[in-house]
Amino acid sequence: MAGTGSGSLPRYIAQRVLLVIPMIWVILTLVFVVLRVAPGDPISAAVGGKLDADALAQRREALGLNRPMIAQYWDYLSSVAHLDFGTTFSDNQPVLRVIRDNGGATLSLTLAAFAIALVVGIPLGLLAGRYRDSVADVVIRLFGILSYAAPIFFVGFLLQVYVAQPLGLPTGGASSPMTAFLVTPHTHILLIDVFLSGNGTAITDVLKHLLLPSLTLGLLICGVFIRLVRVNILQTMQADYVEAAEARGISRGKVTRRHALRNALVPVVTVIGLQFAMLLGGAVLTESTFNWPGLGQKLVDYINERDYGAVQGIVTIFAIAVVLVSVLVDVVNALIDPRVRY
Amino acid sequence: MRRILSALAKPFSETSGLARWMLVIGIVLTAVFVFLAIFAPWVAPYGFAQASAHGTDFPKLGHPDGTHWFGTDRLFFDVYSRAIWGARTAIEVVLLSILVCIVVGVPLGLISGYYGGWLDRILVLVMDALFAFPSFLLAIVFSFLLTNIVGGSVIAVSLSLSAIYIPQYYRVVRNTTVSAKEATYVEAARAMGASDGVIMRRYLFGNVVQSVPVIGTLNAADAILTLAGLGFLGLGIQSTQAAEWGHDLNRALADAGSGVWWTGLYPGLAIVLLVTALTLVGEGLNETLNPTLRRRRLLPVLLPARAETEEVR
Repeated sequence: MAGTGSGSLPRYIAQRVLLVIPMIWVILTLVFVVLRVAPGDPISAAVGGKLDADALAQRREALGLNRPMIAQYWDYLSSVAHLDFGTTFSDNQPVLRVIRDNGGATLSLTLAAFAIALVVGIPLGLLAGRYRDSVADVVIRLFGILSYAAPIFFVGFLLQVYVAQPLGLPTGGASSPMTAFLVTPHTHILLIDVFLSGNGTAITDVLKHLLLPSLTLGLLICGVFIRLVRVNILQTMQADYVEAAEARGISRGKVTRRHALRNALVPVVTVIGLQFAMLLGGAVLTESTFNWPGLGQKLVDYINERDYGAVQGIVTIFAIAVVLVSVLVDVVNALIDPRVRY
Repeated sequence: MRRILSALAKPFSETSGLARWMLVIGIVLTAVFVFLAIFAPWVAPYGFAQASAHGTDFPKLGHPDGTHWFGTDRLFFDVYSRAIWGARTAIEVVLLSILVCIVVGVPLGLISGYYGGWLDRILVLVMDALFAFPSFLLAIVFSFLLTNIVGGSVIAVSLSLSAIYIPQYYRVVRNTTVSAKEATYVEAARAMGASDGVIMRRYLFGNVVQSVPVIGTLNAADAILTLAGLGFLGLGIQSTQAAEWGHDLNRALADAGSGVWWTGLYPGLAIVLLVTALTLVGEGLNETLNPTLRRRRLLPVLLPARAETEEVR
């Protein structure tokens, strides 16, 4: 890009952040075109059977659906700019409230899954890369392929039949009704609220509910980490500086830990960002499998009710989140790896 | 003919050891599934939505036994038959969606890369936005729309899968076109008076479609998973229209609590096997056909292996 020859960090970050606006605009336009311009009437699709023709026309009028497309497009953009993501058609709720009530569950699920994936994936990838073509390598690679090939709901099904049944673990919801009743919502994120409450049984209950869903989602991402870390270790182990370190008589284990690992982990940060999109898709399936009260589950519910308003609002928020995360990852990458700022 | 044969043999002759084994296993497994898909009516003992035979009704959630190898599910269907018929649905959907991707993505990429200008800019912008979007969510949104318009069917699901993969074909073809159109042979063709259409069809097409088979196989694996995911969420194909593994797993989940394992295990295993097979084929092809990867992969095979054995000695 022109003018970045100096490679200054603030400049790169500023550029990257400014690019967010056109990117979000394009994605919003896409969402609008796909959901609104497509044939079919959103209102009769959502509440068609329940209201008479006059009431339907009223609802349509109130939501501005009988206005010209271009005016609707402008309304949509300006309301999103004011952080208003519309209301759901079927139960007439602000989308933001839906996000607040269900976003926390999705967030705790995905973060827990990420933690599991990192803790399991990075050491396994390291092991496979370090002992290339050994039995361990083949087994770990196979595990990596299988964890990608096995659909989330199948892993969830297996865990429910073969793990939850014998151990008596819960297979649905984020907590038992008793816990949900006892814990006062401060942050609307149950995982945090329950720790704030300090109630021991409630904490174990919530963690027990979290275990299988986060394990299921974690295994999916774990496969990606294994492959990535393995390939990166293989590549960095061939770098000149690694050879130089070995020539100086440093043991292979130490070279791996001190020299190769750090550089092999840089791309992991990038991939975490790229995986965020996949994670959202995975979260939808995991939530559906374990009846987890998150945004993905809610989205599926609204889709089954043919609620365009809710679908549009939730999809818009997901899209913005993906763009923001990708920018965040680029910035973090630039901070830790000077080579990124060309 | 000889050229085609040697091109087909290339992935085998240029791989060795583990890589070749993985490729062979992948191809054999894929072939088995394609066989099942084609001959499903003869291989499967019953139809995919058949709940009785010879005047007797099938048991509900019956254990696997001699008559029903994989048991029966809660709709009285034979799980074994549905697992086999599922192969047909999966292969149908994947082939259809990849076909649509190629028919739409390749010409769009070719035209956009060749002419450039505002059309190219807009297309790149739209495709990048589509690509940045979480693909599974995109598939959900598209199947939501398409089932509203054309109803839940093989075609609706295939089209929504196409929508999420078209950007990949477009990008690869467009970028290759942009670099290939500056080549001397294109300039020569233009100097001889070849029209734009002829240049694109005769000169550029053959050079830009080479990576399409690799994207195709890698996407096929992903498409199977997306198809199953949509089916699982109830957004795909309904169970009376065709046997679909994902949808079967959705129904199986309801019985998981009572210890019924056979309704979910077999369709799940079918998905895992087919996706693994396609991934192995795709990666095998990628390693031999993709020159950057090939060179990079060959180096580490030779050098450290030798160094390590010397150390041991």
